[in-house]
Amino acid sequence: MMPQMTPSLVHFLIVGALLFACGILCVITRRNAVGVLMGVELILNSANINFLAFAHFSSQSLQGGIDGHVFALFCIVLAALECAVALAIVMAIYRNFNKTIDMEELTTLRE
Amino acid sequence: MNTIIYAVLFYLLAVMVVGSAAYVAVSKNIVRCAFALVYTFIGVAGLFVLLSADFIAATQVLVYVGGTLVLILFAVMLSSRISDVKISNRSVQFIPGFVVTCCFAVILIYIAVSGQWPIKDVIEFSPTTAAIGNSLLSRWLLPFEVISILILVGLMGAVVIARHKINSKGDAK
Repeated sequence: MMPQMTPSLVHFLIVGALLFACGILCVITRRNAVGVLMGVELILNSANINFLAFAHFSSQSLQGGIDGHVFALFCIVLAALECAVALAIVMAIYRNFNKTIDMEELTTLRE
Repeated sequence: MNTIIYAVLFYLLAVMVVGSAAYVAVSKNIVRCAFALVYTFIGVAGLFVLLSADFIAATQVLVYVGGTLVLILFAVMLSSRISDVKISNRSVQFIPGFVVTCCFAVILIYIAVSGQWPIKDVIEFSPTTAAIGNSLLSRWLLPFEVISILILVGLMGAVVIARHKINSKGDAK
């Protein structure tokens, strides 16, 4: 049977899954701490795609799907906050650990 | 909305999002990764528009492209000897990671395709900003206030962590 070509819930879920996989690959193979953070941002974006896809297509979404939108909004806000705090930590590590942010070399909790 | 235009836009945006995300995941150059991330975020905002989430799409562009990405670029430029690719962005155990990720993606796509999702009969496109505003100040008021406190605390914490330590003689460490 020819798969349905018109974009529906499943298509958006597949895009979200692929984006999530790219984020996971980025997180587990990067050695640069900033690269790992980029992977985390990709993962959070894929979660947002899923939230909004279910809000738009699902017949059981609460409040006409607005709850999904609010969740996505909170998710974006928390992602921005997480990025700020994590990059501050990366900069502190860079200063205190001999100018490196290589995840393979950062194996201690203190200098 | 015209179905064919919708489908074409969806596939263009999907290719843009997944392609640039894959580039972020595999590129050797961390600066190019950061700029490919711009395309991923803009493509995701376009997908949000296709999901009738106009307000979230605008927020995505403002917060991610305007804020988060500038922060990431700052960190990239400040932190590594970026001209040396070997130092800036080596990847570790790429082949096993790629295999594991592929298996994971296959499982996720299998779940997405085989799941019996309850889908609406009539898909409608309606403006959402007013409804989100009403929802934030009634049903989601407490989480809204908690997250505002969290942002305040988190940003102050980020400043405290990132600033240079001043020792007793008064000069920066």
